[in-house]
Amino acid sequence: MKEILINNALTFLLLLTAFVGVFLQAAWDFPRNLLGVPLNLLPPLMVFAAFRTGVTTISLLAGLGGLFTDALSANPLGVSMLPLLWVGLAIHHWRELILQEFAYARFIVGLIASAAVPLLTLMIIMTLGKRTLAGWAFVWQWVIMALTGGLLTPLSFWLLDGAAGRLVPSPVIRPSFRPDREIKRGRY
Amino acid sequence: MLKQQHLVSVAVMLLLAMVLFNLPEQVAIRIKAGIGGLFLPLFGLAAAGQTVVDSGVSATVSRRVLLRELANTRAENQQLAVRAMQGEEALRENERLRQLLGWQKQSPWNIKLARVIARDTAAWWRTLRIDLGTRDGVRSGLPVLVREGLIGKTGDVTLTTSEVILIGDPNCRVAVLVRETGEMGVLLGMSEGVFDHRLVDLSHLPRNSSVKPGQTVYTSGLGGVFPAGLPVGAIVDSRSVGYGLYTEARVRLAADISKTREVAVLFP
Repeated sequence: MKEILINNALTFLLLLTAFVGVFLQAAWDFPRNLLGVPLNLLPPLMVFAAFRTGVTTISLLAGLGGLFTDALSANPLGVSMLPLLWVGLAIHHWRELILQEFAYARFIVGLIASAAVPLLTLMIIMTLGKRTLAGWAFVWQWVIMALTGGLLTPLSFWLLDGAAGRLVPSPVIRPSFRPDREIKRGRY
Repeated sequence: MLKQQHLVSVAVMLLLAMVLFNLPEQVAIRIKAGIGGLFLPLFGLAAAGQTVVDSGVSATVSRRVLLRELANTRAENQQLAVRAMQGEEALRENERLRQLLGWQKQSPWNIKLARVIARDTAAWWRTLRIDLGTRDGVRSGLPVLVREGLIGKTGDVTLTTSEVILIGDPNCRVAVLVRETGEMGVLLGMSEGVFDHRLVDLSHLPRNSSVKPGQTVYTSGLGGVFPAGLPVGAIVDSRSVGYGLYTEARVRLAADISKTREVAVLFP
C-alpha cells in the first residue's frame, strides 16, 4: 500500500499542480495584463511528466488538465485534452534522445510544446466549426506563449523535482565496500 | 514504432474526446459547470485574500485623506441627486408623451453588481466569469456594463457563477448607433493586426457614411438584447470596404476590460 502511495505521489503532485496552475491562469491578472496573453502552465508540466513519468500519468494529466482548462474557458469541452496528450506522448517517445538534464534543452522542448499545444487546440476548434478571435494579432500572442512556456519549463523541473524529492524517499544505496572482500596486500 | 500502451491511451482519449464533442450543448454546459465548481473554494479563497489586502490598505489610509474623500463623495452625491431628479422628471415627461402617442410603456432596468472572479484561460476568446448565477436571477443574454459603458452579455450560467461574453468576441454582436450621424451598424469583433485590445470593428455602415474620428457610439436597441442608449465607445477611423459597397470603422471601447474587477448586470 505504502509503495503504491509513493509511486502515485508524483502523479498526484502533477495533477494538483495542474489544478492550481489552471486556477492561476484564470484568476491571476498580472501576467495577462503584462504580456497580453494568459500564462499556460500545462505544456511545461506535460514536458516534465513526459520525461519523468509514464504513459498513464501523461494521459491523466492531459485528460484532467484539458478538462480543467476547458471548464474555465469558452472552449468546447474536451478540445484541450488531445493536443496535450499528443505533445506528451511525442516527448515521452523520444525522451532518450533529448538531453533532458540540461536547462537549455528543457527550454527548447518547453518552447516547442508551448507553441504546439495552442496551435493544435485552435486546429481542433476550427475543425469543429467554431469561430475564434485568432487572426494576425494572434501570431504575437503565440510567440509570447511559446517563449513564456519555454522559460517556465526549466523552472517547473526545478520546483517539481524539489517537491518530488521531499514526497518520494530516495532508495537506500548500499556501498560497494565489503570488509570480507578486502584484499590485504603484503610487502611484495 | 509506437508501443501498445501509447496506442491504448491515444485510443481511450480519442474516444473520450469524441464523446465530449458530440454531447448535447446543455449536457456539456452542465459538465463544465461541475468541473468549474471544483475551483469555487479557490475562487472563494482568492476573494477572501483580496478582501484582507483591501482592508489592510484601508487601515493604513490617514484620517485626513479619508475626510477629503468623504467631502468629495458628498459633493458628488449632491450633484448626482440633482441629476437624478432631472432624470426622473424627464422620465415622467417621456412616459406622459408615450401615453399620448399610445406607445408601449418602457419598464426600467434593474442593476445587480458582480465581482469578476476569472478570465478565459484561452487567448482566442474574450470572456470572463462573475460571481452571480441562477440563484441570483441571472440568465443567458443579459447586458453587462461598467461605469464607462457596455462590456458584453451573459453567456452560460451556473448556480453561482456566470460567463460574460465580452464585446469583441465572435459570439457577442452588438447593434449600435453613431450618435452624431444617426447611422447604424453592428460591432463584430476585434480589429485585425492590432495590439490594442480595446479596438473593435464596426461593420454594416452605409456606403456614403459620414462617420468621423471621435464620434460616439451607443447601443441602438435593435436586436432585443441590449437596451438603447448604453455608451459603447468612440470612432477611431473608417474605410471603404467590399469594393466601395459599404463602410467599416474601428471603434475604441469606452471600458478597459483588462482592469475591470466589478461589473453590473442589467435585469429587465
